[in-house]
Amino acid sequence: MQPNVEMPPRTPDANSPALHLQGIGKSFGGSTVLKGIDLSVKQGEFLSLVGMSGCGKSTLLRIIAGLETPDCGSLSIEGRDVTDVDPSDRNLAMVFQSYALYPHMTVRQNIATPLRMRRLSQAARLPVLGRLLGARGPELREIDAAVCAAAEVLQITPLLERRPAQLSGGQRQRVALARALVRDPVAFLMDEPLSNLDAKLRAHMRDELAALHAKLGTTFIYVTHDQIEAMTMSDRIALMEGGTIAQLGTPAQLYETPANLTVARFIGTPQMNLLPVEVDAGGSVNLQGRATGMHTSRSRGPAVLGLRAEDLHPDPEGWGAQVARIEQHGADRFVTLDMPQAEGGRIIMRQYAGAQNAAPGDTMAWSFAHARAHLFDADGNRRALHQRDQVAA
Amino acid sequence: MPRLTRYLPHVILTLGACVMLLPFYWMVLTAIRAPAEIFNISLWPIPETFSAGRNFAKVGERVPMGRFMLNGVIVCGGILLVQVLTAVPAAYALAKLKFPGRNLMLALVIAALCVPMQALALPLFVGLAKAHLLNTYFALMAPFFLSVFAIFLFRQSFRSYPDEIIEAARLDGFSEMEICWGLVLRASLPALAAFAIFSVVAHWNDLYWPLIVVRDTALAPPPLGMLYFSDAESGADYGALMAGATLVTAPMVICFLLARRQFIAGITMTGVK
Repeated sequence: MQPNVEMPPRTPDANSPALHLQGIGKSFGGSTVLKGIDLSVKQGEFLSLVGMSGCGKSTLLRIIAGLETPDCGSLSIEGRDVTDVDPSDRNLAMVFQSYALYPHMTVRQNIATPLRMRRLSQAARLPVLGRLLGARGPELREIDAAVCAAAEVLQITPLLERRPAQLSGGQRQRVALARALVRDPVAFLMDEPLSNLDAKLRAHMRDELAALHAKLGTTFIYVTHDQIEAMTMSDRIALMEGGTIAQLGTPAQLYETPANLTVARFIGTPQMNLLPVEVDAGGSVNLQGRATGMHTSRSRGPAVLGLRAEDLHPDPEGWGAQVARIEQHGADRFVTLDMPQAEGGRIIMRQYAGAQNAAPGDTMAWSFAHARAHLFDADGNRRALHQRDQVAA
Repeated sequence: MPRLTRYLPHVILTLGACVMLLPFYWMVLTAIRAPAEIFNISLWPIPETFSAGRNFAKVGERVPMGRFMLNGVIVCGGILLVQVLTAVPAAYALAKLKFPGRNLMLALVIAALCVPMQALALPLFVGLAKAHLLNTYFALMAPFFLSVFAIFLFRQSFRSYPDEIIEAARLDGFSEMEICWGLVLRASLPALAAFAIFSVVAHWNDLYWPLIVVRDTALAPPPLGMLYFSDAESGADYGALMAGATLVTAPMVICFLLARRQFIAGITMTGVK
């Protein structure tokens, strides 16, 4: 988290969590979607909920928004228990995957709607009668000023009189953001907001969202299945799997020290290489019957060694494999090696483009940076790994 | 050959349309012919003696056609208003809200579509008679206030409304009624137009139910009025009778022509997707 992020002025106590979830559980019909989620979101934090589809991340977001009721557990926003509070009284703003703009309203009316609903009485909102009742002039002027300010932030002022159908995907996205922004919420909830955009625009909006977060200093809760989005924008990531949080931490923590195989598989491109290894009675980790020079403290048995592509390097003393494919990425290249026993039947090594080139079909011996290897036990949980000299201590 | 295959469907449809329109054409033709020509089978549109004036004048002087029309407007308008007021929230609930028993409710709605009006006529008549409500506008309208057809039609149409917009509206503080009337129905205006035409045509043309519950000429909707008229004339003056029928039919045809586009959009939108 950036140290100089501005805290929202509304906050009574900057140290209390913006959102606190305790033991949230939910099932639909027979299937359990969330299994007792505990999560605390700090003020001004950008927290991503990531995971494969069906992991429960969207359901969790909808429970936070109040669109679903949890079967058990409680949810508080800025210290106030809101488990049974209506969605509109939680002061959260949500940006939907399809943007969910009101199709019959202009952009200006769309952005004004959250404020009209909050500031005007039900009678004053009526189409004709509301105007006759009068006494809403000052509110309307305030609302209009807020709409203009939000449009300014997202640079959509020229679009204010258009209707959603006349806008491109990226423009609709901005309008949806402006509509969320205008109500000055405790937190923004975003449900895969970039997934309907093309790749180039997505990268651009990623930058804009990160900049918007830095500018507003408001809490963001961001659901995505795209680990790159999560890695590039988040202060912290909650990686979900099967209705639980597999790991909660900063992007660097998830990348450097994945707590289990789920996280190891999900975070990082290309995917972490996973190789079956054997731990012998002395705690030595053996790959293909050869000692790796690594030790672990717990009992013997099968385990999985995790190696990132950038931690592999050619080594005449190492393990031999055949080069299957070489992919040039400009500054570096990915060398795919056939390893039938590895997950996916192959491992990928990242090399600088300047390194000596191999050709498909060649045999290449490889090894890895010991300090950066990961070990997972048979249950998929992370296990401590030492180099030989550290074990003696 | 390709030209033939392109135009053939149009030729067949045109022939079909002619068959459907023939009775109406005959009706208008009879309305402008003199009594002597009534049984002339020629379809030539210009009669030997142009008697439209005489026939329509006769309708005007013998029958309170204005009164019948007004009754028709009151009855059809009242029925349509209450049908929409009741069916739209019901359809919204069935299409978009989650509650226990929803599927059972929907099954009941579909089952009720299969019950013919005639099966209910006797109990309804007895009920209205016991309540001393026969010979009232209420008796003409009440059995049709709840339209399962409307519920079904609107439900099909509402189902395609995006859930995310409804959820956004809930977060913005819209009440369920505001969502239902202000957002969802607004997007289904073609379905509303289609239903309005179905409903108004059905009740404007209905003879069966008014015949059962109304004896007072002052309450008779147009078809029942026409029946009184033909009785009074002992059914002999076909020219005047058809002039009356033309007047009764005209508002519906004009209505349809005005709302034609919405009507067709409504039918295709709510049909099988």
